[in-house]
Amino acid sequence: MIRHILRRLGAVVVLIVAASMLVFLIIRLIPGDPVVMMLGSNAADTALIDKVRGQLGLNLPIYQQYIIWAGNVLHGRLGTSYVNNMPVTLLMKLNYPSTLQLTVSALVVSVVVGLGLGIIAAVKQDTFWDVGLRTIALVGLAMPSFWLGLLLISLFGVTLKWLPVFGGTGWKAVIMPALALGIGGGSVIARFVRSNLLETIRLQHVTVARSKGVSASGVLRKHVIRNAILPIITVIGLQVGGLLSGTVVIEEVFSRPGIGVLLINSINDKDYPTVQIVILTFTVIFALVNLVTDLMYPFLDPRIRYS
Amino acid sequence: MALPVPAPEPPREIEAELPPRRRWRWLRYRNLVWGGAVFVALLVVTFGAPLFTHANPLAVHPSATLLPPSSKHLFGTDELGRDLFSRVLYGGRYTIIASLAAMALGVTTGSLIGLIAGIAGGWVDMVLMRLMDLVLAFPGILSALAITTILGPSFLNLILAIGFSSAPGYARIVEAGTLQVKQLVYVEAAASAGSTTWHVIRRHVLPNVFSLIVVAATTGLGITVLSVAALGFLGLGVQPPTPEWGSILNEGRQNIQLAWWISLFPGIFITLYVIAVSIMGDGLRDLLDPMNA
Repeated sequence: MIRHILRRLGAVVVLIVAASMLVFLIIRLIPGDPVVMMLGSNAADTALIDKVRGQLGLNLPIYQQYIIWAGNVLHGRLGTSYVNNMPVTLLMKLNYPSTLQLTVSALVVSVVVGLGLGIIAAVKQDTFWDVGLRTIALVGLAMPSFWLGLLLISLFGVTLKWLPVFGGTGWKAVIMPALALGIGGGSVIARFVRSNLLETIRLQHVTVARSKGVSASGVLRKHVIRNAILPIITVIGLQVGGLLSGTVVIEEVFSRPGIGVLLINSINDKDYPTVQIVILTFTVIFALVNLVTDLMYPFLDPRIRYS
Repeated sequence: MALPVPAPEPPREIEAELPPRRRWRWLRYRNLVWGGAVFVALLVVTFGAPLFTHANPLAVHPSATLLPPSSKHLFGTDELGRDLFSRVLYGGRYTIIASLAAMALGVTTGSLIGLIAGIAGGWVDMVLMRLMDLVLAFPGILSALAITTILGPSFLNLILAIGFSSAPGYARIVEAGTLQVKQLVYVEAAASAGSTTWHVIRRHVLPNVFSLIVVAATTGLGITVLSVAALGFLGLGVQPPTPEWGSILNEGRQNIQLAWWISLFPGIFITLYVIAVSIMGDGLRDLLDPMNA
């Protein structure tokens, strides 16, 4: 078990290092010189450009730049933004809480919507309820998250004036963004939960439980959902990556400060240190969520053992 | 909560002759027809836009800005007085072409990589698939976002970015399928009887993997449409004043407090398009892949 965890952890580390190299290379391919952008009106002075480039280490060969950067990151020195000279650590501290709040709330929306709709649809299979809920899930899946966001703003913000239109702080400001972001993932989960439960309901042990006289809800809870939970957990885990990158668009829609807006701005500003760290943290979170999802298997299903 | 009592599983041979169990079952078999009909209707209204509207989607009318929907302007007008009905119809062409082209690019590249990896096996397979994992390490639209920023925002670059970033998903599916086909007994027999690799690919692997590719492509098209619209919304697709569903929604966002109609209509069309495509995907899966239906 321990060996299995270590091996998987090793693979994740290799993947993250490779991904960070790729980002390092890609960001340097984006047309435009960050030093010229930094200096603005002083950019005509080539001596000054060379001096700044030397200070930032941008005149070194790219592999040396990477080694220096990676060494610094491993020592916890994330660098300084080219744009406003703020430490990247501070930018992360300022922007991540809002993005994580949004991601986690959207995940809660997804799971509640997904399990709710999916279980009801499966239990009422092939009835009016089933078809109705499946239609809702299909529409939820097909709607662009940012369009749903605009509709919510239009209805609850502009017309009814229940919630703040743009920006704002506190729990009220997260309701609409979380709904807009979470409904799509919820629909994916709902469809999956329904088909999975229906497969499990057909299994013989469920028939046995039913004929033993176990109550309907008992059968559902202890025999159907308990057995269908594993793939469902995996699908929920897979949604996290989509939600995290979805914050980029949703933060734009709601003018909400956060990592997504920071990423777009720093890509446009060629702010290498910030882009590198933002994407690195995204891939780390994504990889860790996938790893944790996998490692949960033996705890949820004692039949699975890793040697 | 009452649980549905599943009918006992009948033996496979007679299953096809049994009448459908419940009232709504017929819906499943009409998927392809319904999805296809909506898809064709969208193609007709967008590519035949001049038949449905005489308004120029680019014509600015300073005296008719932000008008709500009326009989003269079915979907209202935007902040420059342009007719939204015409903008949505003409704009659909770009969204539809971009999504189809990006899907085709992704499927072709992905299938090729998957086939090469699966056929070659060994270290080639390992290296190619680890590379695909690497691209997939960037969640969601992040990789497409990065590629469009490198290439610069334009219609063609949007297609390239979304196409290439969707390729690893298809590569994984095709690779798994190829590996599975390769170890089927009759394929091994053909290989050991002296068939060339090319013959095995053409006669055995491709026909077997083809339905996998078709189903993956139709299912993937829905996600591709949403990516096209999202990047268009972020201003990384077709550049103004050319209309496109995603970019019209961005204009709608800027005027959301004054004009809800700019945001409403393009979104309805995107959603319809994605629904049509997903239903077609479900229908194709029922048709081509009966084991998983």
